Amino acid sequence: MQNFPILSFITLLPLFGMVILLFIPKKQELIIKSTTLVITGIQLVVAIFLLKNYNYSLGGINDPSTFQFIEKFRWIDISGFSWIGKIKIDYFLGIDGLSIPLVLLTALITFIATLSSWTINKSVKGYFAMFLLLDTGMMGVFVALDFFLFYIFWELMLLPMYFLIGIWGGPRREYAAIKFFLYTLLGSVFILIVMIGLYFSTTETLADGTKVFTFNMLSMMNPQNFTAQGILSPLNPGNLRLIAYIALFVGFAIKIPMFPFHTWLPDAHVEAPTAISVILAGVLLKMGTYGILRVCYPIFPDITRQLVWYIGLFGMINIIYGALCAMAQKDFKKLIAYSSVSHMGFVLLGMASLNSMGISGAIFQMFNHGTITAMLFLSVGVIYDRAHTRGIEEFGGLATQMPIYAGFTTLAFFAAIGLPGLSGFVSEAFVFLGAFGFGSIRVLTVISTLGILLGAGYMLWTFQRVFLGGLKEKWASLKDLTFREYAMLVPLSVIIIFLGFYPAAMLNIMNSSVNAMVKVMTNAQTFYGSLLH
Amino acid sequence: MTENLLIQFAIIILFLPLLGFVVTLFLGSKVKKIFLFENFVLILAFILSVIMVFAKLNYYPQENIVSEFHWISLNNVPLFGTLNIDLGILVDNISVLMIFVVTLISMLVHIFSIAYMHGDKRYNRYFAYLGIFTFSMTGIVFTHDILMMYIFWELVGLSSYLLIGFWFEKKSASDAGKKAFIVNRIGDIGMFSGILILFSTYHTFTFDKIFTQISLGVLPFNSEFWLTVTGILIFCGAIGKSAQFPLHVWLPDAMEGPTPVSALIHAATMVAAGVYLVVRVFPILTGGALEFIAIIGALSAFIPATIALTQNDIKKVLAYSTVSQLGYMVMALGVGAYKFAFFHLVTHAFFKAALFLGSGSVIHAMHHEQDIRNMGGLRKKLPLTYATFLISTIAISGVPLTSGFLSKDGILAGTFAFGSLTGQWFFAFVGFFVALLTAFYMFRLVILTFHGEPRNKEKFDHAKESPFVMVMPLVVLAALSIFIWYTPNPFNPEQGAFLSKWIKAPTIVVPQNARYSFMKNDVIKPAEQVQTAKPKTEAEITFSESYTEAMHHAHIPAMLLSLTLAGLGILLAFSFYQWKKLDPDKLANSIKPLYKLSYNKWYFDEIYQATFVAFTLGLSNVLYWIDTYIIDGIVNGSATVTKQFSKFSGTFDNIVVDGLVNLMATISGFIGLMFRRLQTGKVQTYIVVVVFSLVIILFLFKSF
Repeated sequence: MQNFPILSFITLLPLFGMVILLFIPKKQELIIKSTTLVITGIQLVVAIFLLKNYNYSLGGINDPSTFQFIEKFRWIDISGFSWIGKIKIDYFLGIDGLSIPLVLLTALITFIATLSSWTINKSVKGYFAMFLLLDTGMMGVFVALDFFLFYIFWELMLLPMYFLIGIWGGPRREYAAIKFFLYTLLGSVFILIVMIGLYFSTTETLADGTKVFTFNMLSMMNPQNFTAQGILSPLNPGNLRLIAYIALFVGFAIKIPMFPFHTWLPDAHVEAPTAISVILAGVLLKMGTYGILRVCYPIFPDITRQLVWYIGLFGMINIIYGALCAMAQKDFKKLIAYSSVSHMGFVLLGMASLNSMGISGAIFQMFNHGTITAMLFLSVGVIYDRAHTRGIEEFGGLATQMPIYAGFTTLAFFAAIGLPGLSGFVSEAFVFLGAFGFGSIRVLTVISTLGILLGAGYMLWTFQRVFLGGLKEKWASLKDLTFREYAMLVPLSVIIIFLGFYPAAMLNIMNSSVNAMVKVMTNAQTFYGSLLH
Repeated sequence: MTENLLIQFAIIILFLPLLGFVVTLFLGSKVKKIFLFENFVLILAFILSVIMVFAKLNYYPQENIVSEFHWISLNNVPLFGTLNIDLGILVDNISVLMIFVVTLISMLVHIFSIAYMHGDKRYNRYFAYLGIFTFSMTGIVFTHDILMMYIFWELVGLSSYLLIGFWFEKKSASDAGKKAFIVNRIGDIGMFSGILILFSTYHTFTFDKIFTQISLGVLPFNSEFWLTVTGILIFCGAIGKSAQFPLHVWLPDAMEGPTPVSALIHAATMVAAGVYLVVRVFPILTGGALEFIAIIGALSAFIPATIALTQNDIKKVLAYSTVSQLGYMVMALGVGAYKFAFFHLVTHAFFKAALFLGSGSVIHAMHHEQDIRNMGGLRKKLPLTYATFLISTIAISGVPLTSGFLSKDGILAGTFAFGSLTGQWFFAFVGFFVALLTAFYMFRLVILTFHGEPRNKEKFDHAKESPFVMVMPLVVLAALSIFIWYTPNPFNPEQGAFLSKWIKAPTIVVPQNARYSFMKNDVIKPAEQVQTAKPKTEAEITFSESYTEAMHHAHIPAMLLSLTLAGLGILLAFSFYQWKKLDPDKLANSIKPLYKLSYNKWYFDEIYQATFVAFTLGLSNVLYWIDTYIIDGIVNGSATVTKQFSKFSGTFDNIVVDGLVNLMATISGFIGLMFRRLQTGKVQTYIVVVVFSLVIILFLFKSF
């Protein structure tokens, strides 16, 4: 068991599943669906196994020795061409407290999204093949520690997403898909450029004492590894670290999505099928904030400290702006999409605090937003499947007709509002407490608290328009939840309530890593300062 | 009974209603009689709290018993050290007395509801919601830290949302629930900001630890100003929950909920929470913060009292009277009459619950008629309801021999003393004037409802006294509105154990120069206090002798004045509505603008709707427009530009680049065409050309 490559297994399992799907005849839709369910189920079990064997006391972040389930071997080794030097790229996987919550989230959300995909009836085989490919891409992003590998997974997830929206989406699917694709690709280009810049600025020492350039992210986090002349090396007085940081940040920020790069999100959500919306909001958005925490923060702690106020500012804008835009929506799904913009703002604000409380809150909020928004999108899906419309104004009084459905939605809505006893409260409270503790973004934090008022406003207003009041005649035949829908909503509800009462279950997992991260950030001054002077 | 056992009791009392909620909610649709479980749970909780209150007051009259655990542990945080977030339970005299009130009233409301809600299609659901409401309030009562207070605070918000909007098919009901939640959230933002300041300064949420730090001179941002701000921000939460001006607007609308819920909200749970919060954080309130609180309290006592004068809905009158009475309590806290504020919270809880349940009994008998213009003469039909309602009305009006007289008189004496000590008579003036108004509008309500001739004969004929489960709670609550439970001397509350033994004013921890002048001279030094942290001795009681003496002097004049005014109010009410010596319509006509202002509730809702609500909705629409047409416009615009550019470059490629290529081809073709003529294919011609060329070449070379 010791040497079993478990992270490769969890990452490549869906890819393997996709290959299996290719051999199943097109007509056997049930077998295709079941196979996918089994694959994602196994993935979920493995993720839980990972958690069970995870050592909470190890920090990770920039210290290679405290990562867990490490797999590392030379993947690409070119040394023949003297004019480009040696190219050595590692296959390097590992997890720490920053990534394991997201690995869990990915496995969970994918499994639930598979259930939600049961209603897909257009070229089922293609759909599930793409779905599994997407799964591999997402999982890979969260476990890769080599920048090159990270980038491959990052790009890998893009293509299936394009097809999943573009083929199985709503009426304007092609527009939404291409918008999503191009926007994210633009971000990827920024990331690629900075990646190459970092590669040519960082070296690692081989066994024989020679130094070679490296894509290893952990090496990039150690200032000792920078070359004197690298354009992104702090040792080089004319370095371009600030510009590179902004480019990298924007590359990730598009995914979050951060204002003003967020407009792809409402379109993508509205057009995507329910399951894909769930994945999009539940997992994909977190890749942006994860990228910032995994790459931007520890590799550029000096610049992070310099720009942290702006991160807080954009967090605040996301919170307030997203909430106000959500309030103006008439389309149920678009409203939830904008609420995501608002809720991801909390993650940004928490990250900007640079202290343990705020960063814990930010990571916890990533997880909670994943489960809560998944539930919200599933709720929209439930009603859309039945009524074939998402116009908020068209509904009314559904609580009388579908009381159990209304019950689950109430839970999701109040979780989104940040009601204590549900998981969202703890993460939001931590974000605020952390951010307020950091003097320079104190004012931003106080303004951001308006977000919890606006959130209550648009959520309750929507709830009232859809569920309360008199039942409209035309909805008198709607059926309450099916067994499959229970299977999707119950686990999420349980997690939301459990983490609301006992948030330590999740916070303890990330605690060591968060503290390690904060240490990296606080040491940055002395570390980078001494290198410069 | 050990201290540990008391804590265990507290935990059981806290979680019993939650158990009731969960069981009743999930079995509600399957087991028809499950509501009995919820009732049983509350009765059990009440019995436990009776035992607890006796044990605490008899065996541990001075101790503050605390039990806490690490809810979240952030371990060794860089730059700071170990950081834990604790939750815990505090059992002191205030919390046990409050828990007694809460469980008693909640239990009575449960029992009352068995008959009142009979036949409702979500009958079990209703009881489940009562359960979570009680749970939330119990949490607030037992909390020993401000975070847990906030957690249960929000849960109270949820519960009120569910219960006020219980009949959600009615738009007005769902509107009211939403309004209650959102208006409360406005206050909560203030409170949460206050919590942020406290936590960032003290790195703890626990009241005691914060108090100790402040008494050691650690202040937020090292300034007394910010301590004042913190106090005011925390108080914002109370403005929301206790429906104080300017956030009182949710409470009258909350009458959309079932009437027993109103009793619960107005007496034992939600609105009491705000006052309870101020009671808990009282030691950190500076003079400036207290003055702010007193002003808000005074306005909240006055404005709703003027509105209550003209309302015709039996529940609306009671709702405004609640806001007004809460204003009294808040004002009392603001002027330093801490003990009487808490006392009034307790006495008011009983008689206001009696009044609301009484109005519920009337509404039940009148088949959901709430307009007092259609009532009258019900005294004969509902004798027990009438009797209990009358006793409670006498109590709220501040007539001797009732609990209301004792507590209200204390508050008025407090404002009087405040006036004599500081020269600010504003609060005393408001207090006494509102006493007059209260007596008037409450007796107006009684007379129009129960006295005179029935104005709606048909409904009157069908009315009959409510069943036992509804009347019993009324009798219990009315009985608790008599003085005897609180003091042996109906004119001096201080002789009773309640005020002389159980409730003590807490030690103020605010720095000396940030206090009211009369609170200054009686504090022990911080260092000493830390050493003797636990039991508080007589010497530590905050209020200086001058204040106690002023209270003492104020007692008699305040009592006489308040008696006169209450009597005058009652007399006026009888003259207008019973004996018809004076004509209310004539009076209303002669002061039309004032009457309209009162009748229309000072236009608060209209003003808020036209300003805040309209502004927010407008802003959201404008932003969404910007989002669609400008931000997304730029995205789409850049796509269009790129497309156009590619089209252009395509055209360029076609015409210029490809054109050049084609041009070359054309030229070479043309040249080829020209030279083709030379290719005749005849050997003779080629020979001629070759020879001719050779001659020319030779000739050229020769000339070089």
